[in-house]
Amino acid sequence: MSARPVIVHALKPQPVEGAGTGPAEESTRLHPAMNQASAAPEKPLYVRTRAPEWLPRLLAPVIGLGLFVVLWAIIAKSGGRLPDPVSTWHSAVEVFSNPFYKKGPNDQGIGWNVLTSLGRVGIGFGLAALVGIPLGFMIGRFRFLSDMAAPVISILKPVSPLAWLPIGLMVFKAANPAAIYVIFVCSLWPMIVNTAVGVRHIPQDYLNVARVLNLSEWTVFRKILFPAVLPYMITGVRLSIGVAWLVIVAAEMLTGGVGIGFWVWDEWNNLNVQHIIIAIFTVGIVGLALEQAMILIARRFSYE
Amino acid sequence: MSERYLQIDKVRMVFDTRKGPFCALEEISLDIHAGEFVSLIGHSGCGKSTLLNILAGLLRPTGGHIVLAEREVTGPGPDRGVVFQNHSLLPWLTCFENVQLAVERVFRTTEKENAVKERVHRALELVQLGNAQHKYPHEISGGMKQRVGIARALSIEPKVLLLDEPFGALDALTRAHLQDELMRIVAATGSTVLMVTHDVDEAVLLSDRVVMMTNGPSAIIGGVLAIDLPRPRERIALAGNRQYVGLRAELLEFLYRKQMREAA
Repeated sequence: MSARPVIVHALKPQPVEGAGTGPAEESTRLHPAMNQASAAPEKPLYVRTRAPEWLPRLLAPVIGLGLFVVLWAIIAKSGGRLPDPVSTWHSAVEVFSNPFYKKGPNDQGIGWNVLTSLGRVGIGFGLAALVGIPLGFMIGRFRFLSDMAAPVISILKPVSPLAWLPIGLMVFKAANPAAIYVIFVCSLWPMIVNTAVGVRHIPQDYLNVARVLNLSEWTVFRKILFPAVLPYMITGVRLSIGVAWLVIVAAEMLTGGVGIGFWVWDEWNNLNVQHIIIAIFTVGIVGLALEQAMILIARRFSYE
Repeated sequence: MSERYLQIDKVRMVFDTRKGPFCALEEISLDIHAGEFVSLIGHSGCGKSTLLNILAGLLRPTGGHIVLAEREVTGPGPDRGVVFQNHSLLPWLTCFENVQLAVERVFRTTEKENAVKERVHRALELVQLGNAQHKYPHEISGGMKQRVGIARALSIEPKVLLLDEPFGALDALTRAHLQDELMRIVAATGSTVLMVTHDVDEAVLLSDRVVMMTNGPSAIIGGVLAIDLPRPRERIALAGNRQYVGLRAELLEFLYRKQMREAA
C-alpha cells in the first residue's frame, strides 16, 4: 500500500518510458529515484536547522520528572509532614550507601529487603509457572477441561490475593511460606488464562500442516504448539510478575520479617516518612526493571 | 493401475450447520492417472476446496470413498503432499527447518541425518531457493514462501500433490513465473497433481484435464475438458495458439454462461 505513491513519484520524470511497463520494472526503477531523494543536498541543512529527533524524546521524560519533583516540593513546603525532595535525596544517599548491612532479623539494609522480596516473588511465581503453564495448555487444548475450569477460575480470579493470606498462615503456620503462597495464587491466573488463550488462538493453518504430515503429538507440541503459544505465555508471565510485585509489598506489610513491604511498615512505625518515600521509589524502579526485562524477552520471541 | 491411480468414488459431503444440513458436494466421481495433472475449476463456494480437503484427509466425506494407489484414504497422511493457499509456513522456523519438519517425519526412521538434510537441500534447490534456506518466512516474498510450500510438499515424495489455489494470493507476474516453475518441476518429477483454481488460464496452461464443477450447494462435476496441448508448453507461444484459445473459450463459456445465472 505504501509503495503506491512512491511509484507515481518514480514514474513522473519519464512518463513516456514508464507507460506500459510492468510492476517489476517499475519497482527496479523505484530504487534509484528513492536514493536520489535521500541523497538530496538539503538533507544536511535539515540537521543543522532542526534539533535532532532524539532530543525531544529524551527531553520530555526529563521535563516530566522535573515537574513531578517541583510539584512534590511545593506540596512539601505548603505544610504537613511530607518531607521535601532534597532531604529525601540526602536520606536516600545515606540508605543506599550501605544497602547490605545486617543488624539482627528486623534491621537490615534496603538491599537485603529488596532481594528478600524478589526471592519470594521468584519462588511463588516460579511455582505458579510450573503449575499454571501446563494447566493452561491443557485447558486450551481440551474443551471439556476448559468448561470444567471456567467457573472456578472466574470466581477466584477477581479475589484480592491478600484474602488468601489467612488461609496461607493457617496452613503453613509461618509468615514466609504464607507470603510465597499468596504470590503463587495471584501469579497463577494470568498464566493459566493467557496460555489457554494462546493455545486456542493457534491458527488452523499451522495445525493443518501438522495434520497433513501426521506429526506425532510430541513433535506437534515442540514445533508448533509451544512456539505458537510462547508470545501469549510471555504476556501471561509479564502480567503475573507485575501483579506479584504489587502484592508482595502488601503481603509483607501483614506478615513482617524481612522484605521491602515490611520495611515500609517498619519505617511507618518509626515515623521515618523519608524512608517510606525511598521505598516507594525503589519498589517502582524494581517493578519497572522487571517489566522492561519481560518486554525484552517477549521481543526476542516475536516472529513477525 | 495407472488408469485409476487416484479414485474419487461417489464422494458426497454434507455439513451440519446451525441452519440444518448443508450439502456441499452432491456426488463426485473422478479417476486420475499416475503422472496426470488435473485441475478443479469452479466459482468460489462450489466446493472444490472441500473436495481437496477430503482428499488431504482433513475432512471426512459423508459418503463415498477415495482410493490412492490401491489403498483407501481414511485420514491425513504424508502419502499426499498439500500446498495451502496461504503457504502455511511456520514463522518460527527457517525455510530449511520448515521443509526439514516434513522430511524428518517421513524419512528419519529409515535414513541417516545427513541423508535427511540432503533431501531438504534438494527440495529447496528444486524450487530454486538454495540460497534463501536460512531465512525466516517473514524475510522472503510471497512468491518465495509459496515455493517453500511446494518444496515442503514435494520433499516427502508424495504419491499425489494437492494444490489449493496455490498462486491465488500472488501478483500476476509472480503467479506466471511460479506457474512456469511448477510445470518444470512436475515435468522433472513426474508428479501426479490435483490443483484447485479459479484461474482459467492457469487451468489450461498447466493441466492435462480440467474438471469443471457446478456452483454449490450440491455441486457436481459439470464437465471434464481434456487439454491435449503438447508439452513442454510455453505461455507466450500458446497465447496465439488456436487450440489453446478454443479450450480457454470453452472453459469461459462453462463458467460464465452456464454457471453464471446461479452465481449471480
